[in-house]
Amino acid sequence: MTTPEGPEERQVPPPSPDAGGVDEPEVRGAEERDREHAAPVHAAAGPMERFVAAVTGTSVVVTILAFVSAMVVGALFIALSEEAVRESMGYFLARPTDALSAAWSVSAEAYAALFRGAVGGAYQLSETGTAAIPLILTGLAVAIPLRAGMFNIGGEGQVIAGGVVAGFVGFALTGLPFLVHLPLAILAGILGGAAYGFLPGILKARTGAHEVITTIMLNNIAIYVTDYLLSTDRFRLEGRSDPISKTVEASAVLPRIFAGLRLHWGLLLVVVVAVVIWWLLERSTFGFELTAVGKNPDAARAAGMSTGRMIVLGLTLAGALAGLAGGAQILGLQQRITGGFSGGLGFDGITVALLGRGSVGGTVAAGVLFGALKAGGRSMQGATGTSLDLVVVLQALIILFVAAPALVRAIFRIRAEGPATGQLAKGWGA
Amino acid sequence: MTTATPPDLDRRNRRFGIFAILLAAIAGAVFATGTAGLATTFQLNDVFGEPAYATLPALVVPVAPTALFLALVIAGVGLYQAVRGFGDRATVVISILLGLFVLAFLVWAARGQQLQVLALLRGTMRAAVPLALGALSGVLCERAGVINIAIEGQFLAAAFTAALVSSATGSPWLGLVGGILAGGLVGALLAVLSIRYRADQIVVGVVLIVLATGVTSFLTSQLLVPNPGLNAPDRFGAVTVPVLGDIPLIGPLLFRHSVTVYLMLLAVVVVQIALFRTRWGLRLRAVGEHPKAADTVGIRVLATRYRAVILGGMVAGIGGAYFTLDAAGQFSREMSGGRGFIALAAMLVGRYSPAGALGAALIFGFADALSTSLQILNVGIPSTLLLTAPYVVTILVVAGLVGRLRMPAADGQPYVKE
Repeated sequence: MTTPEGPEERQVPPPSPDAGGVDEPEVRGAEERDREHAAPVHAAAGPMERFVAAVTGTSVVVTILAFVSAMVVGALFIALSEEAVRESMGYFLARPTDALSAAWSVSAEAYAALFRGAVGGAYQLSETGTAAIPLILTGLAVAIPLRAGMFNIGGEGQVIAGGVVAGFVGFALTGLPFLVHLPLAILAGILGGAAYGFLPGILKARTGAHEVITTIMLNNIAIYVTDYLLSTDRFRLEGRSDPISKTVEASAVLPRIFAGLRLHWGLLLVVVVAVVIWWLLERSTFGFELTAVGKNPDAARAAGMSTGRMIVLGLTLAGALAGLAGGAQILGLQQRITGGFSGGLGFDGITVALLGRGSVGGTVAAGVLFGALKAGGRSMQGATGTSLDLVVVLQALIILFVAAPALVRAIFRIRAEGPATGQLAKGWGA
Repeated sequence: MTTATPPDLDRRNRRFGIFAILLAAIAGAVFATGTAGLATTFQLNDVFGEPAYATLPALVVPVAPTALFLALVIAGVGLYQAVRGFGDRATVVISILLGLFVLAFLVWAARGQQLQVLALLRGTMRAAVPLALGALSGVLCERAGVINIAIEGQFLAAAFTAALVSSATGSPWLGLVGGILAGGLVGALLAVLSIRYRADQIVVGVVLIVLATGVTSFLTSQLLVPNPGLNAPDRFGAVTVPVLGDIPLIGPLLFRHSVTVYLMLLAVVVVQIALFRTRWGLRLRAVGEHPKAADTVGIRVLATRYRAVILGGMVAGIGGAYFTLDAAGQFSREMSGGRGFIALAAMLVGRYSPAGALGAALIFGFADALSTSLQILNVGIPSTLLLTAPYVVTILVVAGLVGRLRMPAADGQPYVKE
């Protein structure tokens, strides 16, 4: 929604499930009008256009307000799950202050612990950075295909493919010097992920198979194939029956930056990758063509661009980044492949890219933020006993409010705009 | 459905035909050789359930001749397809050939042993319950023009609520109601955000999945784990339909299930008829295809969409309740394990039709049940690799056989009245 005067600016009454047939005078953005008149030549182009517009067009103020809203709703969850608060709810009518103060202190404590755990010191900052490394990469793996109007749900499978290949090169090759082995293992991870991103790309370009379906299927395939590999003697750690691989050779380990802290040199890789991707998307012909294909595939084709090539390249590049994320996790952090080592990083990447509004800078910032939430959440769980799952709830709420700017404006109506007009009454519909 | 031009069609025909001949080659080379003298026994009775009135004799077939025969049939039909082509019926023909291939595989896999055919088919029915209901949810929403990829979230919310309510009240029926309401609530969130606030529907879908995952996991560790009594739901037992349940093979297959299976079949029939044979369905589809035209003739576009999306959420809620009230008997975090996404694929493979969705759900369910059967048979193929089969098949189907889907024309586009 790039038009600031668009429909989202209107005052909207609180939702009601049966408020249909809403009859409101409309000032529609030119973009929207065009869309309606253009025949839907490419069946998937309509929703995808909207998708990209929605992701890239949110204002910073809305993002900040979305944060505030998410924190408030999150606090409700913390409070309601706390025994003491629920007890004081029992006599809420008699002494409402008890419940409210209990709720306040419990959630304030949890949020304070979350904050301290994210940025409270060198160790905490290192943990935040460690968590942010793969998140930024998988976030970019979603953001890049988004430019071409594609939705990469396959980050998870690409992370697994990259991690498994990088790990295999890491433990199967022995006797190599560090300067050869580590780059080789990292490259293997990138290539593994790229191959896994190439598959849905070529399938979409050649047969029109929707990338959302194929990447979901490839995710599941990657999980089971990894389980299988970890049950073979070539991969499995000697003397173990559970799915865990041999240990990566010391010559293929991404070294730590500071002694005693988990932060590893994958951080440098991420910085380099982010700069390169920014240049690719914003300054190169490739980025221009990718965006053109995403905005209007027919116009791009008419201008002589190959949509198929962009589809394949976009998803392959995405896979390469997700593969690097998997490689960095194995070589820098875990040093052994385990079942489920990816831990939902690919899916986290979707939320990171959405919060980053599809831009490189935004994705990096969102990755750091979610890394901080992850690291802080862990220490919050230890300090106040609030479940780490709260972080997932917070992430979802943040994106929810970011994705629905109209909702945020409706909640903060007094600040965003003047007093409500007569439309409020009309909005309840027939 | 496809708008393939003649040369396109020729290529497609050839591709299908070559695919079939390849299948035949595999069947002939792998399944028919090295198994001389061995036979496979197909057990057609429910040996695990209560004894039936009448029993069927076990079917014993020789492995090599059967596999060879099936391979020849597949090759013959495939050859015809490559040369002449079956035209519009090609997809159906290929599906049948794939079925024959699977049959040949089963004959080979169970060589010298007994295959519990009925257990396999009953497992298929059960595994299809959440998939078909989830796909139905998708059909209802998308036919009305709202993309629903939040099925996984509807499953989780419903499974959690059903477990909680059933544990607290001791009644699986109330649990089911709770699950339906929870699914409807997620549907309502999707509806409000995508219809009123016009947020992007795919983003909202993803977010609702993450939100449902987070909330149910959070409440599980904060609420259910400290109070195990809240996570011990009363489950639905098997209900045998009188008379029909005593028919051999058909009885145990269709009429000796828990309530969720019957509800799933009922829902598919009702939605199929309602969508394509009633005024309500016509209006719903009109809203999804051309909302402006629908509006012009006086159909309330937004109200129709709200109702469809919330109803869809409630249908998915039944599927979610299946996890805790039927399959598992307790809630565990992320227990739907990606089946919401498989349901999404089933909807697409079934081409936005309830009957097609059921068919696709049965195929995925069969693959699910088959992997269990094969683990028991100990075939020599690692079970983890066999588990990839449904996903590989889906990719092949989506890439090769279904091709470009025709979505409802206004799918994913918010409607703004002028």
